[in-house]
Amino acid sequence: MSRIQPVPAGTPDGVPAAPGEVMAQLLKRSAKGDQEAFASLYDTTSSRLFGLAVRVVRDPAQAEEVTQEVFLEIWRTASRFDPERGSALSWLLTICHRKAVDRVRSAEAASRRDSNYHQQNQTIDHDTTADAAQASMEAARVRTALKSLTDVQREALELAYFGGYTHTEVAGILNLPVGTAKTRIRDGLIRLRDKMGVAS
Amino acid sequence: MNTPRDSVMSLDIHALSGAYAVDGVDDIERAQFERHLSGCASCRAEVDGLRETATMMAETCLQSAPVTLRARVLTAAATTRPLPPVVSGGLARHPRRRVATLVAAAAAALIALGGAGASVWHPWDQSRPGLSAAQSVANASDAQRFEHALSSTDGKVTVIRSKSLNEAIISTEGLPRLTEDQVYELWLLHDGRKVQAGLIDGDATNVILDGDPAHASGAAITIERAGGSEVPQGSLVAQIDFAQA
Repeated sequence: MSRIQPVPAGTPDGVPAAPGEVMAQLLKRSAKGDQEAFASLYDTTSSRLFGLAVRVVRDPAQAEEVTQEVFLEIWRTASRFDPERGSALSWLLTICHRKAVDRVRSAEAASRRDSNYHQQNQTIDHDTTADAAQASMEAARVRTALKSLTDVQREALELAYFGGYTHTEVAGILNLPVGTAKTRIRDGLIRLRDKMGVAS
Repeated sequence: MNTPRDSVMSLDIHALSGAYAVDGVDDIERAQFERHLSGCASCRAEVDGLRETATMMAETCLQSAPVTLRARVLTAAATTRPLPPVVSGGLARHPRRRVATLVAAAAAALIALGGAGASVWHPWDQSRPGLSAAQSVANASDAQRFEHALSSTDGKVTVIRSKSLNEAIISTEGLPRLTEDQVYELWLLHDGRKVQAGLIDGDATNVILDGDPAHASGAAITIERAGGSEVPQGSLVAQIDFAQA
């Protein structure tokens, strides 16, 4: 399976993204307690992890807490990473995404779960939360690929991934029949996968 | 919306792979789907690929972490021990469980744990049901708690069992460190025999025991060669008798 190979675009800190193999090595060394390797791993991935956390959790203070928990979890469980199953970056961001979603669901309880909330807040431009200077080449490629999805596929996928909604909630927000949202999410991901060249 | 959840799940469980890959599932669906994944290689492969894809979406929301975060993360790491690797064939057992009763209990006792009292979760851990399963055992109305002090250290072993859920969880403190070619094997006792119930590589919290704890007379931990053994061969670390409650 082909792995994510981050284009070495500059991160906000000016540190080039580590190619996939280097990241896997940093993770492997971290698993053995190598704190220097872990610090390098932090430097090359913190803006991705924090960026995802703040996009999902919204509140920057909570996003910071989540990111700290995520990195500690990465440090503790680095030995669980299996390079046969996927890329190091995917492993890191999967942990991050899970924790961010858990946090936003427990923190925002009733008010956000109401599907009306989302419709009233449609005009929020999420791009403004990201530093404009950080549009990496890879981000442009992803945005282009996302445009090839149908509107429903893209909206369902973004509500699930960035919004932290369950597929049942996504169906409610988009006024889809129950069960349809999960199909759109899957179709959207498959299309995105094929467009981005991740081997199935 | 009320869905006859069980029938929907059995018809199109594979169709959850996309939602699962982006965490767009609730705790019950997650537990059910992870159970499914442990026995479905094609779904595992698909989820892996869809996760790689989902990861790419994160490229669109890069944001610099606060400057002060770095030192906090590195300080925390400096005072925390990385977990040792899982022994091969260890935690990836396929438990035989009564899905219906466990799911019903999880629905009744859905609690967000936030990391407290939970076993390690990582992206490819399909061996255990969701976190809420362990908590539902602890919260069951017929939950029984057994403690056993370890003779060798100041540690202890705790088992909580619910006969109605037919589930038991085990937690340990102070288990001696093992060498790389050893593992702690968990057992349930039936008619004087020890039946395999899982493996741990050191102190663990709320690990779900495989098998049929409702009809077991006790639980035990032995030290075995890496990978475990079908019958206990190594030294006994702890044995708990369920009849004491």
